[in-house]
Amino acid sequence: MPVITFTINGVPVSGQQSESILEIARQHDIRIPTLCHLDGLSDVGACRLCLMEIEGTSKLLPACSTYPSENMVVRTDTDKLKRYRRTIIELLAAEGNHQCAVCVVNNNCELQNLAYEVGLEHVRAQYLFPKKELDATHPDYIIDRNRCVLCTRCVRVCHEVEGAHVWDIANRGINCEIVADMNQPWGTSESCTSCGKCVLVCPVGALIEKGATVSEMEKHRAFLPYIMTARTKQEWIARAIEED
Amino acid sequence: MAATPKPRVATVWLGGCSGCHMSFLDLDERLIELADRMDLVFTPIADVKTYPANVDVVLVEGAVSTEEHLHMAQLIRKRTRFVVSFGDCATTGNVTALRNRFSVDELLRRSYHELAPGGPATPSKIISPLTLKARPLHEVIPVDAFLHGCPPTADQIWFAVDNLLQGKIPELPNVYLRYG
Repeated sequence: MPVITFTINGVPVSGQQSESILEIARQHDIRIPTLCHLDGLSDVGACRLCLMEIEGTSKLLPACSTYPSENMVVRTDTDKLKRYRRTIIELLAAEGNHQCAVCVVNNNCELQNLAYEVGLEHVRAQYLFPKKELDATHPDYIIDRNRCVLCTRCVRVCHEVEGAHVWDIANRGINCEIVADMNQPWGTSESCTSCGKCVLVCPVGALIEKGATVSEMEKHRAFLPYIMTARTKQEWIARAIEED
Repeated sequence: MAATPKPRVATVWLGGCSGCHMSFLDLDERLIELADRMDLVFTPIADVKTYPANVDVVLVEGAVSTEEHLHMAQLIRKRTRFVVSFGDCATTGNVTALRNRFSVDELLRRSYHELAPGGPATPSKIISPLTLKARPLHEVIPVDAFLHGCPPTADQIWFAVDNLLQGKIPELPNVYLRYG
């Protein structure tokens, strides 16, 4: 397969046509913030944090689902993009109910880390304090929609990896929410295998194990590349699991 | 020769648990240095009744959760040069805002009727009415700087106060940006 060469933030990089710009950036140690992307899952470009500017187009495109072409000039670090990223995190904060101090994943949270990365010292949008439901009907797990950022990692891991497709998104716009099966209590779902993959991939404290109290829950995600490389390449990378 | 007047500093306790003030006391021996460098003109620790005029710096703990908080916030803004949101409740609403999913009626019924050991009695006088929602301070008045954390650490408070006493808005290094 031919190698494509192009630049990201002025740095010459190279990669395959089949690799996303995000993958190529990471291979070259260029940091692009992401939230909905997770190694091992398909990309949907939902969170818009990895948006980049490409010379010759006025559209901003997500690095996770855009593929390179020869001599492309990509920028991921402009003031405009930094401003947009901060605004995205602000809107996520304002649209949910995120109380870090009483959250099980406090200090182990991707949204919290992104807030630090974009320098979120306060949220300029008015907090909506929406009324969202918590469902604790499953014997082992809880979904707290107050903390959900709608990244759809749970939807994808359940469909693509577990093959159960319990989760989906109901409603539209600001009313979007993750629902189990036919929008019913999780505990009554007949398709859920209780595998817990959705809990582990959730970047925040929306999907959690029962019995974890504040700051206790760490999520280990090495199982996902392990499973996916085993399936696609018949390679079993046990070391990654042990190190996780 | 008259000494240069010391900066006039206040701390205010709105809808919070006083944990931020406890963390302020964790400054320990640095409090002695602060006592030399500033005049503490209003604070729940000293039980002063009226918020004075010409305050240079105020640290405001807690969300704006009652009519009294709202009134106080506006008074603070009128009488203070630098207003600092002190801790996560002032900055985001945090734990105080957990009540926002319920109506004020539901809250009062639960607290003063269903769970009241001495029988139902809704407070109607002495206690200020709750606002519809608990809100972060900057949604009510303009705020000049933000101190995060539940509570902010003593080192973080020291860094901010030290800067403010020199008349500078603290540009907190990223290490102090931490919620929860």
